[in-house]
Amino acid sequence: MDLTEFLIKTATIFVVFVLTLVIAMYSTWGERKVAGFIQDRMGPNRAGPGGLLQPLADAGKMFFKEDFIPALANKWLFIAGPSLAMLTALLASAVIPFGSTFRINGHEVALQGVESNIGILYVFGVVALGVYGIMVGGWASNNKFSLLGAIRAASQNISYEVAMGLSLIAILMMSSSLSLGEIVAQQHGGNWNIFYQPLGFIIFITCSFAECNRVPFDLPECETELVGGYHTEYGSMKLGFYLFAEYINMFISSAIISVLYFGGYNYPGMDWVYSQLTQAFGTETGHNAATLIGTAVFFGKALFFIFFYMWVRWTIPRFRYDQLMNLGWKKLIPLAIFNIIITGAAVLFLKPLVTAWLN
Amino acid sequence: MNSAISFFYFLSFLTVLSAVMVVVSRNPIHSVLYLILTFFTLSGHYILLNAQFLAAVNIIVYAGAIMVLFLFVIMFLNMKQDNEESKTNLTKIAATIVGGTVFVILFGAYRKSIIPAFDPQQFDSQIGMIENLGHLLFRDYLLPFELVSILLLVAMVGAVMLGKREIGERHF
Repeated sequence: MDLTEFLIKTATIFVVFVLTLVIAMYSTWGERKVAGFIQDRMGPNRAGPGGLLQPLADAGKMFFKEDFIPALANKWLFIAGPSLAMLTALLASAVIPFGSTFRINGHEVALQGVESNIGILYVFGVVALGVYGIMVGGWASNNKFSLLGAIRAASQNISYEVAMGLSLIAILMMSSSLSLGEIVAQQHGGNWNIFYQPLGFIIFITCSFAECNRVPFDLPECETELVGGYHTEYGSMKLGFYLFAEYINMFISSAIISVLYFGGYNYPGMDWVYSQLTQAFGTETGHNAATLIGTAVFFGKALFFIFFYMWVRWTIPRFRYDQLMNLGWKKLIPLAIFNIIITGAAVLFLKPLVTAWLN
Repeated sequence: MNSAISFFYFLSFLTVLSAVMVVVSRNPIHSVLYLILTFFTLSGHYILLNAQFLAAVNIIVYAGAIMVLFLFVIMFLNMKQDNEESKTNLTKIAATIVGGTVFVILFGAYRKSIIPAFDPQQFDSQIGMIENLGHLLFRDYLLPFELVSILLLVAMVGAVMLGKREIGERHF
């Protein structure tokens, strides 16, 4: 790898990192605005126009609060908890394809941190690690409620990871590739996976709600039973990191959903737009403009799913813990296995029939 | 020294260090966390060997699932009362003898074994990629693969049977 390529990769990764942070930051603002809209009130409107500076004000407040560590807590692990939560939340965005390629002086720059042939497995591995931040933090607080919250969070995450992995397998059987870039490229031309995998999509989005610890699956921080859940003892920016990691996870899972099921940066009629743009501006500028439109479409999809998360949060009440476990183990996992069998049968028998009929 | 070699030495140092810390640290939670770090560095080794699938699966299965269960169990143990009585001198001596014997056996096996010669010209660097692994697994080793899946199914059924509440047992 020569130096230019290395610098371009570094710049891409930096841009992805900053974008993730900014989107997560403004999701906190968006969450309050959506909550205000649903509950028929204004939401934040004091700091800046429309409350747009509210996230900055919150971050400032968090940083300047007293950084308190309980006397009997395990000091290093108490600090490691929120750090691990942030780390695992930020890791996953590296393999997400945000758009097609940019052409700068003949260089093709992919709008993706790392193009890896195990992309989706990487994301799955990082998601599996997300549990450590919560468990380590909950245990290190040396508080029964924190520990119970952490245990709940961990068992919830492990349970829903199984169904999530099984619903992914159906997608992988169709695409026969683990690379996210490849999966997006295969959905070109309105060929989105949602049309082939509606059941898989429902299972996946339910599991991602549970993985992000969002309502209706926010049992780990259920304040009616557990005071504050695994972050009862946390304050200041450490608490901020836990909450922020949740918003980053929300963005990542929305992006993954739009990549896997909604065609990523593909949109209907993109070939026509591409040919118009390349005719009007020449190959290089036209290509870049088309890529920009695709990236905007991608972010539109991802932001819609973030909105969906908030919409659900302010609409649906929380599950009871046994209901959560029954849903995960007795309903979603058998459904996901059924989905795999149906997909396998369709790929084997239905696909040759349909292709023969179409030709 | 090229960068891959120096990275290999760095990773190996980290692996051995974290593995030693698993044994040395007094707090079981620290031991588990060091064990997770060991799995990560091992995944780093897999990536250096261009076996990306193996690296990802190592993280998902070991660091993501098995170690979480380890942590689970250890967190529920009450570690304030260190039961030192189980660590008498007799158990220490027995443990040392057993460990030393295993070391001697491993060392002897290492001395006797013939390490196949590595030929850089013949070596296919893509051998660890997921496509090649899949072809190998589903073409040449299909029967063992299916047998292993049956073994796993049996283990799963066994675990469910063990965990099942028996008739008449108290309902919590």
